[in-house]
Amino acid sequence: MKSLAELQAIKAKMQNKVALREGSGEMRVVVGMATCGIAAGARPVLSTFVEEVAKADLSSKVTVSQTGCIGICQFEPVVEVYEADKEKVTYVKMTPEKAKRVIEEHIKGGKVVAEYTFASENA
Amino acid sequence: MKEISLNILDIAKNSTKAGATLTQITIDETENTLTLIIEDNGCGMTEEQVKSVCDPFFTSRTTRKVGMGIPLLKLSAEQTEGSFEIVSKAQSEHPEDHGTKVTAVFNKNHIDYTPLGDVVFSVTTLIQGDPDKDFLYIHRTSNGEVTLDTRELRRELGEDIPLSTYEVIVWIGEYLKEQYETINYNS
Repeated sequence: MKSLAELQAIKAKMQNKVALREGSGEMRVVVGMATCGIAAGARPVLSTFVEEVAKADLSSKVTVSQTGCIGICQFEPVVEVYEADKEKVTYVKMTPEKAKRVIEEHIKGGKVVAEYTFASENA
Repeated sequence: MKEISLNILDIAKNSTKAGATLTQITIDETENTLTLIIEDNGCGMTEEQVKSVCDPFFTSRTTRKVGMGIPLLKLSAEQTEGSFEIVSKAQSEHPEDHGTKVTAVFNKNHIDYTPLGDVVFSVTTLIQGDPDKDFLYIHRTSNGEVTLDTRELRRELGEDIPLSTYEVIVWIGEYLKEQYETINYNS
């Protein structure tokens, strides 16, 4: 059985990493988690980003957070990627599969997945 | 919403947005009914706000003019011939004792009952989104109960490790799933 004491081990392990976290926020992934986003399937999209960022050991560089409704409900699930000195990228109609590709190509590779963006939807 | 657990995620987020430091999610299940209670110590609502909150064309948000969260939960309870109620005390009128309590009762055997779904996933998502807020989760069933109190986790982890830490979120998911397995629960 799992016990709360196991958290002590996680704490000890994480304390070495905490120092790395100081300069974080280089890149921010924000997932829309209002009623519209949740109903459209944002919950697994968010967890895919959280999981993949952790697995790739990018937690010191990339933060994944949740936000409310940004006003384009028909395009939910919506994910915004903010990077210092760059224009915000808005991905629309996201799925866990699309999220994985965004992680690989954009978050790791630095190349925007143009076909998933709001700009391409409206082109 | 395809699962009640998605309504739970949605409505509990209203609590954290209302500045609640503690949000309690209680699910009481019997053979025939599921009672969901989401109760917080947030800023609460005035009587007028409570009246209009069930109206899909009322919202406190400014980005959009429609608020669908509460109407959707109300609908999913009422379509099972269950019930729905909101009681709230606004901070402006009750400075010492304020907050909101949402109660939804579902008839599980009704044809229009939406399953509870992956409630563990909703709890971990809530904590990931608001790691500085506390959540008390209690799911009572005839076979026993599943509980999580983030205040206890915080005591173990101390102040340096946020609850949104990936390893902590994974641990919380496993901790809850293990409790569900112990009581042989299938949503």
